[in-house]
Amino acid sequence: MSFSIKKDGEIVVVDVEGQLIVGNRQELKQKVLDELERGEKKFLIDFAQTGYIDSSGLGVLVSLSKKIREQGGELRLANLNDDLKTLFELTKLDTLFQISDTRDRALSSF
Amino acid sequence: MAASSQSDAGLRVSLEVEIPSDVAFIERVVDLVRHSCSELSFNSHQLALNVPVALSEAMSNAILRGNLEDPEKRVVVRARVDDSRLVLEIADEGVRFDIDAKTLDATDPANLEREDGRGLFLMRALMDQVERFDAGPVGTLGNVVRLTLARG
Repeated sequence: MSFSIKKDGEIVVVDVEGQLIVGNRQELKQKVLDELERGEKKFLIDFAQTGYIDSSGLGVLVSLSKKIREQGGELRLANLNDDLKTLFELTKLDTLFQISDTRDRALSSF
Repeated sequence: MAASSQSDAGLRVSLEVEIPSDVAFIERVVDLVRHSCSELSFNSHQLALNVPVALSEAMSNAILRGNLEDPEKRVVVRARVDDSRLVLEIADEGVRFDIDAKTLDATDPANLEREDGRGLFLMRALMDQVERFDAGPVGTLGNVVRLTLARG
């Protein structure tokens, strides 16, 4: 499992490869917060290569969303598969995040 | 529940895994249990969502809240899988707790922006039954959380 970060114009794109769970959530949090501290405002997390997400992983997404908003920025999500969509729907987090079906749609939505 | 296939009828897999109180071990145990469920033809959603998330939550609770990451304490995961259901038992050495009192409604608007508190809610949403038992006699420590999922 790993997280890769790249820039697409002024948008920071994070790819989550593998699981987003209690054992690695802090790594994702720190990587995004480092970018936020550098002044980045627009963030997209892409789950195309993600397996499963546990409650700690969901919690980190909620926490990052709040911190980014507090800095006047935006966090958006893309490429949730059917099982990840179910997870967001069960927890009603689909109402908290702007979620796009594809990376391109997410990038053009900023 | 799906009908048992001829090749699965009567087949039963039992696993017992003991790990230190370290969340780094969770993913490996989840993979072991998922593999057993896969062998017994649990459906793809159960393999990708219900089993890994619920087991990950239960182990995470046992390690972080039960054993408080004490390196002297262990977590034991027992899994029994057959052609009709999966039964998981996750045992810790921690202080006993009331599972109903600790379960928050994650969908309550007041809880929506909480960073924590979704673990037990998700276990109950993703499993057919979630129970907690005392691991030993009165006056001792330890919880056993049992998760049951019918094969879909």
